[in-house]
This record gives sequence, structure tokens and C-alpha cells, in this order.
Amino acid sequence: MRSSLRTTEGRSIPRNDSISLSAFPAIYVHGLTKRFAGAPAAALNGVDLEVETGTIHGVLGLSGAGKSTLLRCIARLEKPDAGEIRIAGSDWTSLSDSELRRVRGKMGIVFQQLHLVASRTVASNIALPLELHGTPRAETASRVAELLDWFGIADKAMQYPAQLSGGQRQRVAVARALATEPRVLLADEPTSALDPETRASVLATLNRIRDQLGVSVLIITHDLRSIAGLCDSVTILDAGQVVETGPALQVLNHPSSEVTRRMLAYTQSPSMELKDSRHRHFEEIAQP
Amino acid sequence: MTNIVPALLAATLETLIMVAVSVFFCAVFGLTLGAWLAISSPQGIAPSPAVHHLLAAFANVSRSIPFLVLIVLLLPFTRLLVGTAIGTAAAIIPLVVGGTPYAARLVEAALLDVDPGLMQAVVTLGASPAQAIWKVYVPEAIPGLIRAFTVLTITIINFSAMAGAVGGGGLGDLAIRYGYQRFRLDVLVLCCVILIVLVQAIQFGGTSLARRLDRR
Repeated sequence: MRSSLRTTEGRSIPRNDSISLSAFPAIYVHGLTKRFAGAPAAALNGVDLEVETGTIHGVLGLSGAGKSTLLRCIARLEKPDAGEIRIAGSDWTSLSDSELRRVRGKMGIVFQQLHLVASRTVASNIALPLELHGTPRAETASRVAELLDWFGIADKAMQYPAQLSGGQRQRVAVARALATEPRVLLADEPTSALDPETRASVLATLNRIRDQLGVSVLIITHDLRSIAGLCDSVTILDAGQVVETGPALQVLNHPSSEVTRRMLAYTQSPSMELKDSRHRHFEEIAQP
Repeated sequence: MTNIVPALLAATLETLIMVAVSVFFCAVFGLTLGAWLAISSPQGIAPSPAVHHLLAAFANVSRSIPFLVLIVLLLPFTRLLVGTAIGTAAAIIPLVVGGTPYAARLVEAALLDVDPGLMQAVVTLGASPAQAIWKVYVPEAIPGLIRAFTVLTITIINFSAMAGAVGGGGLGDLAIRYGYQRFRLDVLVLCCVILIVLVQAIQFGGTSLARRLDRR
């Protein structure tokens, strides 16, 4: 059994690296710039971002802020025009397509639409990244069984995605993203368009992934209310630029930018009580 | 009436052989050409306008030529390959040449029907273009491909009847020789009935299979 599913008390996160993980941020982005042909302005303009190992970082912003482009650049689905991307210390900026394929197992991604393979069973979906990386069959089977068990979907192993509920599909997508034991998990709008129960289940899953597996998570969202209590740190993006970044409690309780204040105003409701994932209560949210 | 039964059975068998062999080769060549068309298209996983335009032009030119004209045009090539321009074996050559670009366009449409977001997701899982195609693209497109090959088979049946008109054998040949040239209306009608039953059966079989394999 491999180490990645051990709890934090007994976990041994570094697998094949000779260097300590804590020597580098899990994600380091510096001066990231991306301009699409024909667009009047850059989608990203010198974005800096750091996600510490074993933490959850939220990138928040209104529509058109550049959040999705940032995720696509970090995932190297888009090639940035300028800037630097380092994942656990490794430079991802200048990797060729074939080099990129070899290291992709170090980063899991959960897309908003999940993108499960409809023609594959749940077990086969989770096994897919391992198949792609040439993992031996026996090792793949044991890893899949481990993940099915950890996510509480062992009884769904032979079902197809269309036969599952929304929450179960989410868990399959996260399990698939974690199959190759990545250091980093990117989650694109993981809570949008979900019913409250499924949303709570997704948040709890992300919490467990950080706390028990030590995986660093980057969440891209506009759904401030859902993730405010989950993130250790946040970055606020507006018009392709970082307008504010820091510990979640500090940024959300004492916003220094107009955009953050506007976002807080949009999401705040009289009954809203934000807590962080370690059950600390927020101070009263700053009024815009 | 009874003396025509052996001829009808033989013609039906010829049609089935012609169609089966032609569909097999059309499927092989059509899958290859269609996969390249889909991959190189602007929505594909490796867009390449030059490759796409070249392949699209080839598929379009081939499909622009009426099938009867294509048979005549290919006569020297057919003779070169099978030694004769008459009969079932000779009919298979223009059927494959005429059916392949049609199959390619059907395959392209079936493959492009796969969610492009899914293909990107598979790339982020570490798939090479070949892995993305064979492990995800094609399996996901199987219901669409079965529907495409059902349409292709029916089209090849129509083409085969046309090939029959110029000595290609099969039901089309029988219908023309007996039904038209010898004024045997009963043979003409029987040939049509057999073709209708054949097409209905293939359409029903194809649709049912595609529905059963569709996991969406």
C-alpha cells in the first residue's frame, strides 16, 4: 500500500523526491501573463501566487477576472506568454508536451463539469490516469480499491457515472484526480450549481484531502460564501491582476480592496455565519 | 415463379457479400481518415488547419463524383486490381472508393460529438494524443460510430444496387436484367422487398445496439 492515504499523523508525503516538500511552495506562480489573440486586454497580467504545502488556497474573483485562465495556465492547458509556474519546486513553464505528460500525475484537476468518461465504470474512471501512466495492473487495482474505500463509493465500483447522484459523481472525479498521488489538486468551481447537501459533502471532502492526505488544494471560484470557511489563504483577482492576497481570515475580515468588499456584500446574508475549517469563528465580517 | 428463387437467393448472397466486404474496408479506411479529420479540425485535440483542409478536400472531391460515373471512371483501376470489370469482386472496388470518404465524414461527426472538455480533461490526466483517441475518444464515440456505420451500410446497399446496373451482380443486377429488360415485374418487386427488409433489419439492429451501448 502506498503512502498517500495515510493520515497526517502517520503520513509520509514525499514519495520519489530527495528534497523536502516544505522547501518549496506547492504552487508558485510569478509574473504570469496571458493575452488571447484579438482580446482588448490581457486575461492575466503579471499574476503572483503562492500556495503553501498542505493548505487550501482560494482564488476568488467576479466573472471575467481571469480565474479560469489562471487555472488553465497552471494546468498548462494554455501556454502563458510570460511568467513562471513551479509545482513543488519543479519548473512547469518551459516543459515540452512529452515532458509535461510525464509530470502530469503530480497535479490532479477536478473540473466544474467533472468530465467523467461515460463509457467507463466508476472503478475504470479512477483507474484511467494510472493506465495512462503505465502503472502495473495489480498496483492499479489496489490503488483503485483504496480510493473507492476512502471516498465511500466501493459499492458503486461497477456502476457508470450516469447511474450516480451528483455528490457521488463529484467524489469519483476527486478520486480520479488523486489516483496518481498528486501533491497538488486544482478544483475549478467545485461548489457552483450544487444543492446544499452536495456542496457540504464536497467541502468536507476537500477538507479531508488537505487534513488527512496533506495534498495542497487550489480552488478557483466566485462562490465566496461556500469556501470562505475552508480556505487557509485567498487571492482576489480582478481584471487579470491580483488585488489582494493573504490569510483567508485577514482578507475576508479586513478587506483592503473594493472588489473584495463588493464580493463580500454580494454573498453576505443576515443568517450567514462564516467559520473556518478548523472550527474557528470568523470575527464579524467587515461591512463594505 | 419457383424457377426464380435460386437466382434471387444467389443475388441476395452476392449483395450481402458485396456489402459486407465493402463496409469492412470502408470502415477501416473511413475510421482512419475520419479520425485524422476529427483530430486536425479546429475543435479537435490537435488542430492543424493545413492537414484538415487537405483531408477535407480529398473527402469532398471523392463525394462530389456521382457513383455511376465513379464506377466507369475506376474501370481501368478495377481491372488492374481484380482482373475484370464485371461481377461482385469488381463491384467492391468502386464501393470502397465511393464509400470511404462518406464513412470518413460520418466518423468525423461521431468523434466530434464527444465532449471537447472531456478530451482536455484526459490530456490533463497525462494522455498522449494516441491514448486520448484509443482509450477515450473512440470508446466514448462508439454509440455514434455504430449509428454512423448503420447509415454507411444502408448507403452501401444502395450503391451496390447501382453497381448491379452495370454488371456488378447482386439484387440490383437481377432487378435490372429480369425486372426491367425481361419485363418480370414480380422479380423487380421481390428484389425491392428483399432490399427493404435488409435495410429495415440493419437500421433496427444498429439503432438497438447503439442505444444499448450508450452510457450517457
